[in-house]
Amino acid sequence: MEEVPHDCPGADSAQAGRGASCQGCPNQRLCASGAGAAADPAIEEIKEKMKSVKHKILVLSGKGGVGKSTFSAHLAHGLAEDENTQVALLDIDICGPSIPKIMGLEGEQVHQSGSGWSPVFLEDNLGVMSVGFLLSSPDDAVIWRGPKKNGMIKQFLRDVDWGGVDYLIVDTPPGTSDEHLSVVQYLAAAHIDGAVIITTPQEVSLQDVRKEISFCHKVKLPIIGVVENMSGFICPKCQKESQIFPPTTGGAEAMCQDLKIPLLGKVPLDPRIGKSCDKGQSFLVEAPDSPATVAYRSIIQRIQEFCSQRLPEGENLVGS
Amino acid sequence: MLRAQGRAVHQGDSGWVPVFVDREQSISLMSVGFLLEQPDEALVWRGPRKNALIKQFVSDVAWGQLDYLVVDTPPGTSDEHMAVVDALRPYSPLGALVVTTPQAVSVGDVRRELTFCRKVGLRVIGLVENMSGFVCPHCSECTNVFSKGGGEELARHAGVPFLGSVPLDPELTQSLEDGRDFIQDFPDSPAFPALSSIAQKILSETPVGLS
Repeated sequence: MEEVPHDCPGADSAQAGRGASCQGCPNQRLCASGAGAAADPAIEEIKEKMKSVKHKILVLSGKGGVGKSTFSAHLAHGLAEDENTQVALLDIDICGPSIPKIMGLEGEQVHQSGSGWSPVFLEDNLGVMSVGFLLSSPDDAVIWRGPKKNGMIKQFLRDVDWGGVDYLIVDTPPGTSDEHLSVVQYLAAAHIDGAVIITTPQEVSLQDVRKEISFCHKVKLPIIGVVENMSGFICPKCQKESQIFPPTTGGAEAMCQDLKIPLLGKVPLDPRIGKSCDKGQSFLVEAPDSPATVAYRSIIQRIQEFCSQRLPEGENLVGS
Repeated sequence: MLRAQGRAVHQGDSGWVPVFVDREQSISLMSVGFLLEQPDEALVWRGPRKNALIKQFVSDVAWGQLDYLVVDTPPGTSDEHMAVVDALRPYSPLGALVVTTPQAVSVGDVRRELTFCRKVGLRVIGLVENMSGFVCPHCSECTNVFSKGGGEELARHAGVPFLGSVPLDPELTQSLEDGRDFIQDFPDSPAFPALSSIAQKILSETPVGLS
């Protein structure tokens, strides 16, 4: 029995299916047919579309359940509090589209106009797109293989009429697979500012974050930094702190120091966060005094600072 | 989590030999983690490659005589899930154990998972509500950090058995980090009765004379 090769040249390389390491790979015939090799015209189309989008941020995590969508949503809320900042939130978790619920937009529909699909606007300056808006029932399952998911992501990037946007935030599913490769490839010509990686403090989560970091290096995606979520819990009764997810190997702080990557911040567990998300409200507004809100705001500021340093010269200012 | 990191998978006469995680050799494990050269290496694979490996895990691993094969899946309803259902179909799987956390956002995704099970003809053994409440170790106050009750309500709505709620226990997390046998080390944990009861329910569901 053969292992799938480590030295795979890549499905879209000229060597696809033909390299020495392709022998015995179950996908050899598919790759050798040249299916992956032709450049997708959508990449140029997306590059054009993205000209009106100033900053693009991917939110990644290695593991599921670490609070990535919660973070993406609140990053969008936080940035959009300045009504002069145009924010777009794109949910590419095709199988588990939570963003509509977290943003209080469940049941909304997407409309098509002459210039493409219209995102659903929560505020004048905050537009959202998710496959969730295309499903007719909350019980509908999106049982799609990779290629179909990729097609949807391409449409989201190419066919949505985002308009002039200061920040496009892309919420991803956990892992390093089709969705992640596709979004990086489709945005290849359009310049992604960087990725924010979400984790919880324990080693089992950090292990997957290191893989996520390895993915970013592989695809040459800059890393804005890491956010440690669910970092400590203050009991509402006795006010003492506990570690629900213990940082057994030093948490994200130790890992970031080790890998020389910025730790953007640590967000403590506040039961009100989950409640706000369930109600579709901004936690930053519902609980302005929470230490979690303070942490979120500081992280958002650091992301803005990172992005403003990366603004290429000569680009038009949008929205402000 | 089972303290098997760094172990290697060997090839035997009848296929890949799975890794035993205990001295009694009662639990064996197969994972792509054993095939990586570096533990931090990212596996950046698209669907077809993942599907191929999953098929190999089912057909080419020398599992030997097993009472239970437990398959841990990533979140979602995509390639991995379709691949493993297809690969296991000829062997009449007992069914799916579906896990959620209590809050509506999680339940919202798990509803779709239940639809997936129905569409592919996979019986749902039951639903588990995980991370259901946290008992403060200082004052014993129980806080519903991720809300409460969503799992039970979903089970009712979907007409599937509700197997129980497992509370958050940092000792459980710590055990998994250290690769210890949680059930042996912490029988007094609030999570233990819940986990035990879920295991009992599955054992009682197993048809007699199956193995």
